[in-house]
Amino acid sequence: MTTITQPDDAAISRIPSQTDSRSVLRTRGLSDRTIAWLFVAPTIALLLAINIFPLIWMIRLSFTSLNLSMSYLPLRVVGLDNLSDILTDEDVWLRLQTTARFVISSVTLQVIVGFGLALLINRQFRGHSFWTTIILLPMMLSPAVVGNFWTLLFQPQIGPFNYMISLFTGVPPSSFSMTGEVGLAPWTIVLVDTWMWAPYVMLICLAGLRSIPDYIYEAAEVDRASAWRQFWSITLPMTVPFLMLAVLFRAIENFKMFDMVNLLTSGGPGSTTELVSITLKRAAFEKWRTGYSSALAIILFVTVFGAANIYVKLLNRVKQR
Amino acid sequence: MRKLATGMKSKRVGGTLALFAGVALSALATQPAAAQGKQLTLCWAAWDPANALVELGKDFTKQSGIEMKYEFVPWTSYADRFLNELNSHGRLCDLIIGDSQWIGGAAENKWYVKLNDFFAKENISMDDFVPATVTGYSQWPKNTTNYWALPAMADAVGWTYRKDWFSRPDIQAAFKAKHGRDLAPPKTYDELKQIAEFFQGREIDGKKVYGAYIFTERGSEGITMGVTNVLYNYGFNYDNPKKPYQMQGFVNSADAAKGLEFYKELYKCCTAPGMTNAYMQEGLDAFKSGQVAMQMNWFAFFPGLYKDPNVGGDRIGFFVNPAGPKAHFTQLGGQGISVVATSDHKDDALKYIKWFAQPAVQQKWWELGGYSALKAVVEAPGFPKSAPFAPQFLESMAIVKDFWAEPSYAQLLLDMQKRVHDYVVADKGTSQQALDLLVKDWSKVFGEQGKRVAAE
Repeated sequence: MTTITQPDDAAISRIPSQTDSRSVLRTRGLSDRTIAWLFVAPTIALLLAINIFPLIWMIRLSFTSLNLSMSYLPLRVVGLDNLSDILTDEDVWLRLQTTARFVISSVTLQVIVGFGLALLINRQFRGHSFWTTIILLPMMLSPAVVGNFWTLLFQPQIGPFNYMISLFTGVPPSSFSMTGEVGLAPWTIVLVDTWMWAPYVMLICLAGLRSIPDYIYEAAEVDRASAWRQFWSITLPMTVPFLMLAVLFRAIENFKMFDMVNLLTSGGPGSTTELVSITLKRAAFEKWRTGYSSALAIILFVTVFGAANIYVKLLNRVKQR
Repeated sequence: MRKLATGMKSKRVGGTLALFAGVALSALATQPAAAQGKQLTLCWAAWDPANALVELGKDFTKQSGIEMKYEFVPWTSYADRFLNELNSHGRLCDLIIGDSQWIGGAAENKWYVKLNDFFAKENISMDDFVPATVTGYSQWPKNTTNYWALPAMADAVGWTYRKDWFSRPDIQAAFKAKHGRDLAPPKTYDELKQIAEFFQGREIDGKKVYGAYIFTERGSEGITMGVTNVLYNYGFNYDNPKKPYQMQGFVNSADAAKGLEFYKELYKCCTAPGMTNAYMQEGLDAFKSGQVAMQMNWFAFFPGLYKDPNVGGDRIGFFVNPAGPKAHFTQLGGQGISVVATSDHKDDALKYIKWFAQPAVQQKWWELGGYSALKAVVEAPGFPKSAPFAPQFLESMAIVKDFWAEPSYAQLLLDMQKRVHDYVVADKGTSQQALDLLVKDWSKVFGEQGKRVAAE
């Protein structure tokens, strides 16, 4: 038998009224929305402090004549003078061309080498894991280490690289300098960057290759499609979105490339390998032209941001196809 | 049992405490002020003389009880690192041995403490120091009695050569047969090039050697500090002595262009392969490994080279930067020591400068491997014989010339680095074009600084 007990009046009066919001909060705690905000707030504060605020400050500085090595001079608002100075400066355009050449050559090579390596690694063979680890080693190194390491390898008198070339070509090893000659230095930085980052492209491509279902190849084999046909009609089209992603990541990274090139050539000989990031660093932290370098940084940011956006739209279109 | 264990434990704790107390007391007895936490941080470049300064500084700690801490940064990032520190009003350095070219910016931006009152109070007279070092390291504006640093490390560009190779009878005879004169340290740049060409590619002791080592570094100040040694002597001037900042016809005169051409010829004909981005350390390596017959470098490294077991002692000789067709100068190096305006320990830092300026300390500084700028040391009768490179050092300090020391020096320097490297190493344009572009760059920098640049 079930007995139902009725609450007494005193007990009822102790139940909080639903209209009393304070009491609701006290009993139920914080709302989900508030909790969400509490979790997100530190990140937003951090983002505002280290990203948004400096960005706004930089935009403000780009309209001034500020030079930190002469901070005793009165700060002048120069309007768009810095921007027009940069856009009419022949040297800046030359540096942008150098950067573009570097980005295009190195990314193209990395995609070719990375994709080739991915095709090799995708097959099962003895020592597969060992070779994968060996191939991945360069991208695990710091660019500073890579820069110094290759500087030594390229040393014309004691560097093994020149001796290797000499072995195959018969050219005396000390008769050329990979980092010191106008004709060779741009290729040198492309070579080292490819050595370092082709494994990264390989990883992305490998993910693409592994995502292709086996039954497609099986069906192709039933149809007696040749290996080349399978590659051309299945492998390549299905890895293109991955390749494009790799191109996007590497292009953005290489556009900002500084450390490795700075250590290898310091932008030399002359200004042959001076990428725009080196120009920016020199303007900002060696010449201390803060206003000018802020304007240059904005131009570079807009360029990369704009190009990346167009590219992402293209990438989405390819994916939809 | 438990009581016994507790007793033993407390005894052990007591013993440890007594030991700590003993150590602390002995530390107090030897360095009273150090225990009070007094400490100074001195910022400088990481090179041989810095080690000598650490050794010297132990005497200061012994006398004053103030601990010395050092922040030494490699030359290639020295300017970047410390100018950034000064610019941002950092408190890392209490004392700084800043490069001579920084003095204008440091004074105008009030990064350094002005030392006039302190010098007057402590009876430190700038007349007691080698004049070139006072102008180069301490004064701003130049040739006025406004002092921002005490000359700390006198330095200039000089040359080393392989005395053992130069004195070999077979080499002597071959040189005489070719040039009709004795092989001796060069007095002019033409002689230097002749000797460098003579040694270039020659086999000595079964090893191929090269003629000369010169500065070609692109990133910081290397090639400028090298090329100016030739430019000055070919007639290059920074501006019209009668009209400040009038550079047209002085920086890019026909003589200056010839000087720049000569530097390129020297680089092409007579340097070791791969020396496309080389500065002090690469020069030392090339010389120490027996690659080159002659080496351009700063006097600061010569004590270390003289002690080198492979190329030092009797095997090494020194000579002053050779003269050119128009003049005889050499590039000034070296630094003054200053008190950083944002330091929390300015009084202690001034105590260090007062101690450092003493003749006995300056004498020891020289003996340890530093280069004193105090006349009492360098003009003492025994000085020329005190080191094999001392006479050349003295001679060099009398003919020094420095780069711009304007607040905008970094921009001026980087412009010159670019133009000279473009021409000498990257084969871009002619020497005249390079110097014309340099005048254009420098005029722009001075214009932005509000200086009036006269065109003619």
